[in-house]
Amino acid sequence: MSPAGPGPVGGARITYLDNAATAPLRPEATDAMAPFSAGRFANPSGAHRLARDARQALEEARDEVAAFTGSDPKAVVFTSGGTESDNLAIIGSLAALPARAAPPVVVCSAIEHDAVLETCRAAAAGRTAAPAVELRLAPVDALGVLDLDALAGLLDERVALISVMAANNEVGAIQPLGAVAALARELSPEALLHTDAVQAAAFFDLAPLLEGYDLVTVSAHKLGGPKGAGALVARGVPLVPLAFGGGQEQERRSGTQGVAGAVGMAAAMAAARASRPSEGSRVARLRDTLRDGLLGAVPDTIATSLGAPTLPGHCHVRFPGIEQEELLVLLDDAGVCASAGSACASGALEASHVLLAMGVDERDARTGVRFSLGWASDEADVAHALAAVAPAVARLRGAA
Amino acid sequence: MRVLVAMSGGVDSSVAAALMVGAGHDVVGATLKLWGGPSDSGCCSVADVDDARRVAQQLGIAHHVFNMAEDFDRTVVAPYVLAHAEGRTPNPCIECNRHIKFDALLARAGRLGFDVLATGHHARVQPGVGGGPHRLLRGADPDKDQSYVLSMLGQRALGRVCLPVGEMTKATVRTRAGELGLRTADKPDSQDVCFILGDAGRAGFLSERMDLHPGRVLDAAGDEVGRVDAVELVTVGQRRGMGHSTDGKRRFALSVDVRSATVVVGTADEVLVDEVRLAPGSAAWVDRPLGDGEPVIAQVSAHGRPLPATYRSAAGAASVHFAEPQRPIAPGQTVALYEPADPESVLGSGIAA
Repeated sequence: MSPAGPGPVGGARITYLDNAATAPLRPEATDAMAPFSAGRFANPSGAHRLARDARQALEEARDEVAAFTGSDPKAVVFTSGGTESDNLAIIGSLAALPARAAPPVVVCSAIEHDAVLETCRAAAAGRTAAPAVELRLAPVDALGVLDLDALAGLLDERVALISVMAANNEVGAIQPLGAVAALARELSPEALLHTDAVQAAAFFDLAPLLEGYDLVTVSAHKLGGPKGAGALVARGVPLVPLAFGGGQEQERRSGTQGVAGAVGMAAAMAAARASRPSEGSRVARLRDTLRDGLLGAVPDTIATSLGAPTLPGHCHVRFPGIEQEELLVLLDDAGVCASAGSACASGALEASHVLLAMGVDERDARTGVRFSLGWASDEADVAHALAAVAPAVARLRGAA
Repeated sequence: MRVLVAMSGGVDSSVAAALMVGAGHDVVGATLKLWGGPSDSGCCSVADVDDARRVAQQLGIAHHVFNMAEDFDRTVVAPYVLAHAEGRTPNPCIECNRHIKFDALLARAGRLGFDVLATGHHARVQPGVGGGPHRLLRGADPDKDQSYVLSMLGQRALGRVCLPVGEMTKATVRTRAGELGLRTADKPDSQDVCFILGDAGRAGFLSERMDLHPGRVLDAAGDEVGRVDAVELVTVGQRRGMGHSTDGKRRFALSVDVRSATVVVGTADEVLVDEVRLAPGSAAWVDRPLGDGEPVIAQVSAHGRPLPATYRSAAGAASVHFAEPQRPIAPGQTVALYEPADPESVLGSGIAA
């Protein structure tokens, strides 16, 4: 698809293949939000008719998030997005634990998003509102899938919280949530289970995946909703809030709710639900065309996580001999928007902790690029990317 | 022309970018992320990247952040620490220009299809006329001239480098930035080595990365006249901490020997030297190597006085002989050489042995 916005000189085609960073807003979300950016502006906590109207919209959005995750609406806490939800899940649940003699243990996978990883590290360092914890990182295999044997070795009665993402944001590898829950039941029966389902939510029916999970993070903008909206689903888990104030969201998240964002998120979720399951296979076919095309057209291409179950939209590849930063510039010049790893505060790319955890060395990690497809992607996007990548890689290799 | 502008987030490179845009070129900005360590307060801090990005937005050009921290650590920081461990005092800004800005970044610019790399340095590149060599000249503002820190550039680099603010005084640069409404117009000049935090200083930085050893201070006769906490932190020519002679004259460090942990000092008269030897292989020439006996103007620090001298080269050993005796030049310092007949023009440089 060719989004509106600044493009190369001459109005050349722009191809957006960075859906894992954020997906374009779905028209359903745009339409649903429009009234709340204008006439239906009231504070949902008010006592008058306009407030009741906003409150109704908010609660209907809550019902949709609940249905989307297979939860009770009371479990849904609206937040500003995935990062806040992860923070609230981890810090909020740990802070609510009864005091105990030994520091509680938190186990998370080594490939979690920074929103989980850095929160766990901060908790381990005693820099959060939660009591200082002991952090154990569960390793992954070379395809980016959690090593269940290693995880079992990390679990014991002291484990208070286990956080494993439903699918990885960089390489797309789907994680064995069911097996994690089974191991937890056996080895760490007291542990709370959290999953960051931000990436998986775009394509999968989450409800059956989330059996046994107490805390679930979802975000609007990865599935075609607005940025700045997300939710934490907290099923029967007491939470100490991160922010105190008016006691909104059943005293779990103070602050006037962003009604438009919540409504937009719900509309995007409804649209995503309606398009399943055909949408997943449609996008997966496009992704396979792209990946197979790259493997065929660019010598020595390595398809990361090929062979593991992955999200349908993720195509992470490595092109030995190039620098990802340079390829991204050439692709940008060619009108192809892709990404690589995660950026630090300055915007500079860092060697991906996900690839390093998969055993990829630092040099190799700097050759990786992620193309991620989404609901708006089509054949023309794949064709454009294929046409752009091979000459760009050849040029960088030739000049090296 | 397709121009990549290295934008530090300071006023000079902001105006450099604006000038290239104004000249009608196809301009893209890039800010280098060089240092992620705890002293991240210098030329590559997050706030500076933000400034560069905002200026690029004002100018309507694309902007990229390039992470060259690994290269920087390998080619600038690690050698900086090693040099101190060996009793030398290097100039990391020159090594950054040599290895990062005008090597790694210039090569990247070429791979990405840019014709020219522009920076905000106060120096001038005069393109070669009729196949003649490109020349490197001092910046138009004598107080801000940075030709010293570019004196290692050769023809290959100079042919692909553009220094748009070199024709302007710093005051003009700031005025121009103000006229253009650039948000960096009043930003203070950066002063220190970007990876060293002000309050911890060089000593704090180095003490975390190497062992520092106390040393004895000896006079010319070999008698101990004082002590220093860290012999590795003494710079040849240094006055501070070197004490006074019996007749009350200030002493200067004449030589530093890390292995024996000794510093030899002398009064201003005693430490004067006639020459500085250049480290083997350290010479870099703008155009052609100088021959034995050629007259030069030498400059031995970033804002040092021009010193009439003669270049000597025999059996692979190069040195610079001063017309007037000078304070000793610290090993590791760059000695930039200028053309006596045209003292604005850089001939090349070497590193004091």
